[in-house]
Amino acid sequence: MTMMDAAPAAMQPENNDRAAITGLSAAMAKWNALPAWLRWGLSAAIGVLVLATVQTVTGDTDRLTASSASESMLRWSIPVLLAGLGGLFSERAGVVNIGLEGMMILGTWFGAWGAFNWGPWGGIMAGLIGGALGGLLHAVATVSFGVDHIVSGVAINILAPGIARYLSDQVFTGYTGGSITQSPRVESAGLLTMPFLAGGKIGEWKSPDWLGDIAAWDIFFLSDMAGFTRGLFSALSYFSIIALAMVPLSAWVLWRTRFGLRLRVCGEEPSAGESLGVNIYAYKYAGVIISGALAGLAGAFIVIELTSIYREGQTNGRGFIGLAALIFGNWRPSGILVGALLFAYPEALSLRDLDGTASSALRLVIVIGLMAVLARSVMNARRADAVIAGVLAAGMTLWYVTASTVPDWFPDILPFALVLLVLLFNSQRLRMPKADGLPYRRGS
Amino acid sequence: MKMSLGRRFFYAFGAPLLAAIIALVVATIVMLISGSNPIEGFGDMAENATRLETIIDMLNRATPLYISAVAAAIGFRMNLFNIGVEGQYLLAAFFAASVGGSVTLPAPLHIALVLITAVVIGASYSGVAGLLKVTRGVNEVISTIMLNGIAISGILVWLVRAWADDSGASNNIGSRVVPESGRIPDLNGAVEVFTREISKGRRLTGVLLIAAAVGLGYHVLINRTRFGYDLRASGWNPFAAQVGGVPPRKMIFLAMVFSGGIAGLVGMVEILSTKFKYDQSFVQGLGFSGIGVALLGRNHPGGMVFAALLFALLDVSSGVLQISGSASREIVIIIQGVILLAAVVAYEIVRRIRERDEARLTAEAMRSDSKDAASSASSDLASA
Amino acid sequence: MAAIELRGITKRFPGVVANDNVNLTVLAGEIHAICGENGAGKSTLMKILYGIQAPDEGEMLVHGTTVQLKSPADAIDLGIGMVHQHFKLADYLTVLENVILGSEPKKSFGRIDFAAARARFDEVTEAYGLHVDPDEIVENLEVGERQRVEIIKVLYRGANILILDEPTAVLVPQEVEGLFQSMRELQSQGTTILFIDHKLDEVLEISDQITVLRQGRTVATVTPAEVTAGDLAELMVGSELPSPETAQSTVTATVALELDDVTVFDADERPVVKNVSVRVHKGEILGIAGVEGNGQGELVERIVGLLPGTGRVLLEGDDIGAWSVRRRRESGIGYVPQDRHREGLLLEAPLWENAALGHQTKAPYASRFFIDRSGSRAQTETIQSEFDVRTPSIDVAAHALSGGNQQKLIIGREMSANPKVLLAAHPTRGIDVGAQAAVWSDIRRARAAGLATLLISADLDELIGLSDRIVVMFRGELVATLDPATLTPRVLGEYMTGGRLSS
Repeated sequence: MTMMDAAPAAMQPENNDRAAITGLSAAMAKWNALPAWLRWGLSAAIGVLVLATVQTVTGDTDRLTASSASESMLRWSIPVLLAGLGGLFSERAGVVNIGLEGMMILGTWFGAWGAFNWGPWGGIMAGLIGGALGGLLHAVATVSFGVDHIVSGVAINILAPGIARYLSDQVFTGYTGGSITQSPRVESAGLLTMPFLAGGKIGEWKSPDWLGDIAAWDIFFLSDMAGFTRGLFSALSYFSIIALAMVPLSAWVLWRTRFGLRLRVCGEEPSAGESLGVNIYAYKYAGVIISGALAGLAGAFIVIELTSIYREGQTNGRGFIGLAALIFGNWRPSGILVGALLFAYPEALSLRDLDGTASSALRLVIVIGLMAVLARSVMNARRADAVIAGVLAAGMTLWYVTASTVPDWFPDILPFALVLLVLLFNSQRLRMPKADGLPYRRGS
Repeated sequence: MKMSLGRRFFYAFGAPLLAAIIALVVATIVMLISGSNPIEGFGDMAENATRLETIIDMLNRATPLYISAVAAAIGFRMNLFNIGVEGQYLLAAFFAASVGGSVTLPAPLHIALVLITAVVIGASYSGVAGLLKVTRGVNEVISTIMLNGIAISGILVWLVRAWADDSGASNNIGSRVVPESGRIPDLNGAVEVFTREISKGRRLTGVLLIAAAVGLGYHVLINRTRFGYDLRASGWNPFAAQVGGVPPRKMIFLAMVFSGGIAGLVGMVEILSTKFKYDQSFVQGLGFSGIGVALLGRNHPGGMVFAALLFALLDVSSGVLQISGSASREIVIIIQGVILLAAVVAYEIVRRIRERDEARLTAEAMRSDSKDAASSASSDLASA
Repeated sequence: MAAIELRGITKRFPGVVANDNVNLTVLAGEIHAICGENGAGKSTLMKILYGIQAPDEGEMLVHGTTVQLKSPADAIDLGIGMVHQHFKLADYLTVLENVILGSEPKKSFGRIDFAAARARFDEVTEAYGLHVDPDEIVENLEVGERQRVEIIKVLYRGANILILDEPTAVLVPQEVEGLFQSMRELQSQGTTILFIDHKLDEVLEISDQITVLRQGRTVATVTPAEVTAGDLAELMVGSELPSPETAQSTVTATVALELDDVTVFDADERPVVKNVSVRVHKGEILGIAGVEGNGQGELVERIVGLLPGTGRVLLEGDDIGAWSVRRRRESGIGYVPQDRHREGLLLEAPLWENAALGHQTKAPYASRFFIDRSGSRAQTETIQSEFDVRTPSIDVAAHALSGGNQQKLIIGREMSANPKVLLAAHPTRGIDVGAQAAVWSDIRRARAAGLATLLISADLDELIGLSDRIVVMFRGELVATLDPATLTPRVLGEYMTGGRLSS
């Protein structure tokens, strides 16, 4: 996020001469012309197709497309999603927020405290406010005092766990199950299973489970689609629904309201806004505080929905993975959602994968993904990308062929490795807000 | 520059003092709210701090903090954020212990081997992030954090199992143990010349000398070498540095490598003078604390010494609070965090004041020389 | 009826009078041009007209009423709109978003009423014949189109007096034509246009009246029918030019720097330097004349090694095309960049460390791996005394020095390194007269000792006074080679402004 990041762009010897491979580029053009919802739907279907294929090929697992996989994937993606959306608001306003992790930690603590005292919804509110306070701190340091954004973020990441620990010592140690590193148990906000699609209840009556039935027929791809989709509608927490609703809500706020337009100008070209009378400082503050609030929500979600308890160290880097989702999603809400789902999938898969076969099969999926990147690089005549993708694909294939199981820590590192992979191939295609990370003083 | 002594003091120490005062105020308020007695709490900490054993503990704790801070600072001087110190030092510690535990050499060589291994591993792992940034434009903040995760949750888990030392009976799997020849003797003898005998089994780690060497080396590298000049120039003004011939990509890579190399040494206190091996209970978190120390010390070799001592003292003081019960021991973490945040803000404020003052004082000093000086400053204005 | 009238406007800055009793009358519905060299006071005048600065003396009347503008908001309220030379557009937002920013029409819940915005947008573009796609991202627009967006921005807010600051500076000929069409269309709708321009052919083509400023004063107000480009050039620079030195020529026959068919492309892949071939000899100062933005900066950056391009660059016969910046500097290319703050100095560092910048790999600043502190300090003190850098000490941070002293330091450090070639871009821009004279004498001294200098400047006094030969760059090409002793301001001005296109 400094000038240094610009250096490699000048290094590209190959230019963006699009390969004149007629068939493929014509197909790409038609693809891009489809409406967005259709493109996302088709991409998801292709994804499931890949998973189903791999399942059939390896033959030893059916968990990749199981309803449980997608259900967990969705649930575990929420913290990263919310953190990523938090990063979105901050960076769209021109402030880099490395402190998302710390704000998430505040969210976990306050979420637990609120839930413990006032039930899950109290916890949600408290987590939101706790995170927002962290955001306020960051805003004061960076916007009003001009502290370097990353330095301030790092300082908040150091301060937050200390605050959480101290508060735990003060508050939780008095209760059963509480200590300085954890809280007593709290409840979730309630789950919803969609009737008809996933066999949820309406009142007392249990509706038919259409998707579940189709999944049971065991027809290639059709059942996989059904099972996978069913999972997205089962045991869906109300909190998750709210979080998912934040995706279109964020898009709406940023692109269709006055507030959003002015906020975005702060991140793109503050002088343009200033010359037209926009109060840049105010919108930057707003962006960063909202960012903290969303990170706080992410933390509250972890506590209330995922683990039912506050425990030190729960966030486990998810604030940073949220930032990675932000970059992967090219600073757009829908992209962040895709990124969050992508990064959460391996973890979700491993939850029920006691014999490790699903994680093992995941390697093939990664190979297919790398081959797709390879194809794209060849089409765009980007030699370096193609070589790297090819080498990695070959390596992964070799590993798959030679080792039939994966070590148990493989799913643990997959999110981190996936982030690196994604950034490896995408860092130069992305378009971050132009004034992101730059200091701003009125009149400059 | 004919600045008054008071002004010079303000520039150098104003910010950290202000930060310390703010932290004390916040801590007092927090203690009052939670029903503790601040006077008792601070009193206990102060009294404890004068005990020789506490000072030994503090120095022991400050040693790895300082090394970690220097590692981070090398990057910071160039606006590179190597958050990966954590993963680098843990990896380096494991390899250093394994290599050190599998040979026997005469003592100085053995120790040197352990140190070199640590440096090489740390430098290599950091170099990965540097390479990613220089060739693919991957932001180093995220890549180093991801690499941390991969190292801690993946590589180290695998390594510890694969190369575990089965000779011990305990549940605590770890690397091989470094034998006698690879261990650094403690400095108690040297200290006891000046003071009474050190009791309670405290031993001042010999790695302190290594830390001192690292600090000295850092000072020389940054302030006296051509490389250090290039590094600082790139941090001040990357455009002007490039015009001045500094190769940007090479600098980024080298800075990351040097930073990682020093990071490798952070775990040496445990490997060479306390535990002699890497296992599940190996101290964690030093990477992040080191970043805090670097920020508090403003990346200055001497400033970081004070910052490391301060943080170490606070860490060590938390124990006495636990025993005396006058305040919750976690208050020290709050103090540390608040000092850090307040300090970075205060530094910014002081910097602005200093710039303004310097410009004004220089203009004043010149006014006596000729009218040209005044008109020259303002002709800049007119053509703006 | 005058749309704008300025009477006796005076603005002083300490030591400099930017505008001295300026009188200007712009009639309603006319296109009025303001011409003048750099430093003539045009930009200050524009700032006063737009409310960014307040005049010290004099009054301003808009549509017959005396006004006092305290901020751009006041100007906008009066119907004055300014189109800046450096566009204030957010590249990644759409045209429509840029136009409505800050004045967005609203619906409930804070939503933007895009329908209303579009309606008004179309209203403006139709009325004035300015066609841009409102949904296009600004980044994808051509420069001429971006300018149109800036114009629409002010018209959207109801401006009927437009101030355009060097509108053609960034346009290619076809885009200029487009701009002029738009201006005529605006005029036909009753808009008054005031614009600053250097390029005399354009000024003559489009304006109804022309006011020439020189050294802060209004020199003349004429109509195109009354004058030629040559007359205007003479009014701008004065009919008296400094006589060049008649001292012995020190130009040798040895070529120090040669450019062979050099071309440089910008980020949009347009050539900003086209097939430039030129030689600079030892003991010679070659001046490059030209209005800023015609490729001079990029040419110099190519020589230093900051920009890639085609063609060969030869230093004393060696092809340095593949050399790094560091190697070029070490081999004797000295560089005084045009933006000293951004490219030439480490503002927070002390002077003696700034002196080493660009030379930190060689004596006296360094030896092998180490920086030689005492050597650097001694050298800095030498520079301080020889080049008259006024500072209380060499430990002061660079930002504390005045612009003139900063520049003297830079010149001093480059010259003291005994370069083979010196590239000096606008070396005396923004510094006081005393410092300027010092810099000139330093450059002359070095020339006498055999230095080859490439001098870029928009200051004609400087160019003519220093150069042995002058070449003119216009739109990236070398369009003329002139002898300072025999050139006339008229001819020089014509080449610089494109009035005469081949030599």
